Amino acid sequence: MEPANPRIRLFPVLAKAILLFALFNFAFPFLKDLPLGKFSLYNSIFPGRERLPYGEVRESYSLSPFDIDAMFASHVIAGTEKGPDEYRVLLIGDSSVWGTLLRPEETLAGQLNANAVEACGKTVQAYNLGYPTLSLLKELMLLDHALQYQPDMVIWLTTLESFPNERQITSPLVANNAERVRGLIERYDLSADPHDPELVELSKWDQTFVGQRRAVADILRLQIYGALWAATGIDQVYPKDYVRAQIDLEPSDEFHGLTSEDLPSLRESLAFDVLEAGMSAPSVPTILINEPILISNGQNSELRYNFFYPRWAYDEYRQMLLERSAEHEWNYFDFWDLAPMTEFTNSGVHLTPQGEAILTDKVAEAIQTTCQ
Amino acid sequence: MGLLQVGASILTSLLIGVLTSAAVWTRFAQTARTYLLLAFSILAVYWFQPLIPLRSFDFWLPSLTLALVVLTWFITSSNGARSSSWRSSQNLIALLLIAGLPALIALSRYFLPEPIFTAAAPPRFVIFLSFVIALAIAVTLTVWLSRRFVWILSAVIVFLVVVLVILKTPALALQTSIFLRTLTNRSIETAASTDLRWLGFSYIAFRLIHVLRDKSRSPQVPLSGSERDQQAGRLPGLSLAEFATYVVFFPALAAGPIDRAERFAGDLRKDFVLTRDEALLAGQRIAIGLFKKFVVADTLALIALNDLLATQVRTAGWMWVIVYAYAFQIYFDFSGYTDIAIGIALLAGIKLPENFAAPYLKPNLTQFWNSWHITLTQWIRNYFFNPFNRWLRRFKSIPAWTMILAGQLATMLLIGLWHGVTPNFVLWGLWHGAGLFLHNRWSDFLRTRHPDWQQNQRLQSGLQIGGIVLTFHFVALGWVFFALSEPTRSWQVFLKLFGM
Repeated sequence: MEPANPRIRLFPVLAKAILLFALFNFAFPFLKDLPLGKFSLYNSIFPGRERLPYGEVRESYSLSPFDIDAMFASHVIAGTEKGPDEYRVLLIGDSSVWGTLLRPEETLAGQLNANAVEACGKTVQAYNLGYPTLSLLKELMLLDHALQYQPDMVIWLTTLESFPNERQITSPLVANNAERVRGLIERYDLSADPHDPELVELSKWDQTFVGQRRAVADILRLQIYGALWAATGIDQVYPKDYVRAQIDLEPSDEFHGLTSEDLPSLRESLAFDVLEAGMSAPSVPTILINEPILISNGQNSELRYNFFYPRWAYDEYRQMLLERSAEHEWNYFDFWDLAPMTEFTNSGVHLTPQGEAILTDKVAEAIQTTCQ
Repeated sequence: MGLLQVGASILTSLLIGVLTSAAVWTRFAQTARTYLLLAFSILAVYWFQPLIPLRSFDFWLPSLTLALVVLTWFITSSNGARSSSWRSSQNLIALLLIAGLPALIALSRYFLPEPIFTAAAPPRFVIFLSFVIALAIAVTLTVWLSRRFVWILSAVIVFLVVVLVILKTPALALQTSIFLRTLTNRSIETAASTDLRWLGFSYIAFRLIHVLRDKSRSPQVPLSGSERDQQAGRLPGLSLAEFATYVVFFPALAAGPIDRAERFAGDLRKDFVLTRDEALLAGQRIAIGLFKKFVVADTLALIALNDLLATQVRTAGWMWVIVYAYAFQIYFDFSGYTDIAIGIALLAGIKLPENFAAPYLKPNLTQFWNSWHITLTQWIRNYFFNPFNRWLRRFKSIPAWTMILAGQLATMLLIGLWHGVTPNFVLWGLWHGAGLFLHNRWSDFLRTRHPDWQQNQRLQSGLQIGGIVLTFHFVALGWVFFALSEPTRSWQVFLKLFGM
């Protein structure tokens, strides 16, 4: 057999390779201050995504990275220069804003843009910054990051299920951004525990390249999925069939372990401090919207509105939201009963395209009212 | 094979190579290497077998593989040579390994909390024992019959082909799964054609058929020179250990290449010392293979053509990108695995044949097929194309071009069917058969009508470059059949590709 290369000595080559890899591996934590996530193929080779990347299966051509820089770098907002005629509106919220089961053009942002809504003499350009999982702290974190994109207005759509204190850190996006979360807790003096065990702490080894291989792979895969986003315009799975939101409900009035007899406890268990922080964060007009929910007329609907909410808790929540809004002079709109039961898809907060159209008209009016 | 299995294979092969080298001065070094390779190959047959939804079949399918190996060896080795007597110490040791290691795996259910070498818990030992006894009776009977009836060899070939057809035909595979589920009292509701994923059977069957065919071939039939060397009585008497190692050699188990028994045995019998240069060469091949498979191919797989994407891509431009991605993905995946297999085998002193030779840089389809999955093409050429052409030549009245067309179409159809008995693999085979025929006619046309063109260097360069581009695109378009499950879907992709 011919020698592969007589000048190459096997063991020095191996030793050098291992040494170089070890050096890179252990130097990797020092690169964390470099905005690696901002390097993106989106908005250059591939068009930016119309909503933040979120996906659980390969067929969605998306995935759920925890690097917020990378998430925003893949979003169209990161690559769109604000024009003189643009009235830039950021939409913050949960999966109902993000648009579960809706194509990008069917979401609230998509329909606002399609309608070419006029506000303050300019054309509204809405950016969908919703993200599935219910947590106000998650929304505050995304809003905090999004403010760098020169909004003219922020619209925060929310629902009671995002409020319980116990939900704030359980969102994987929050749990895996411990430093950001601590920064928010400190800056806004939030009541959340900065040392909550849900917050993922990275050991020294976890911070190395080997420890971070999954995160790095996620960012690389996000870039590759850009080709499929460009080719198909698809960023989530659209099943032909799905289980519709529950109409017949359990005979229970429980909400996160509380019953109608624990009404005073409900007030203490909701993260209004996070809402206040979010509403005070932008220096531009901000609208707070209580998003539409499914109001069931099925079994036990005298006890509950839907799968999520017993009537007593939701009614109390609406009252509290009204009081806080009046107290802080927020631009508050309560659209809770806007959409009929038939306009919800697989959850009590996910609307059909027609449901989104109804909401879009109302939100457009709210933008125009607030703008004036 | 996943990364863990590749890593274990590399370490095992390296260990065998180093041990053999250290003991090369002894008489038994090469024999010991064969036993070690056989032992790990047997374990690999079980370990590499993926989980299947039929209870214990991740144990039974590998066991059947070994049973077929033993059966084939017994009926092909009865030529009186010392190595072919099962009573020789060498063969008894091999027999002990082939029966003993699966027995140990079966016994492991009683002392291991989790199975190590099988995806699920192995069956009860008494069932395994019954299987071994039944196998011993079957082998004895078949060997006894094979000494009296020559057609037994052909019957085993037919049996292997039938199993292959069942596994490759979705409807038959589904019916078999339903039958097996009924037999084992399992629900037939969830039966699927993919239930019977028999690891490496396509390759194992072809290796066994090659040996059976070469043994059964009548020496009176006139053969060409190379064929005579390869087929007529040139198959050396292989010991059971050599034969079994050849058929289930762990680096080539999952994805080939399809070696020839006599060449493989030659490597096993050579004195082998793992030199620094060989280790380096093997390391390079493995590193290149790992990069091709696990970096390039697996990345391209994310955006490569599939049934879902075929209906989702919106523009012709992106459809071309997706088709190109598939073309490169399948090449890097398959050639990456081959590089890994060749590298791992080199560490143990086995020089597996090459399977790829820059196929996408070939200027015509004939050269493409001489450099794509080379060992499969050679196998088909030896055992189908050449005999089929000889048979066609008996019909003097058939025009030459018709014979060429029939030969090319039939051969490529067979290669298509080897991948799966579905309309799309048939279309893929016919696509390539037609392409080879057209190239044959074009070459003939140039040779007879424009012999002067061969002198024109500039023209030749232009034809060469144009040929590479054209061949690549012909092959890439052929993958549209290969990658998708239905002809209608492939048709939709073609329409999209050409903006229709």
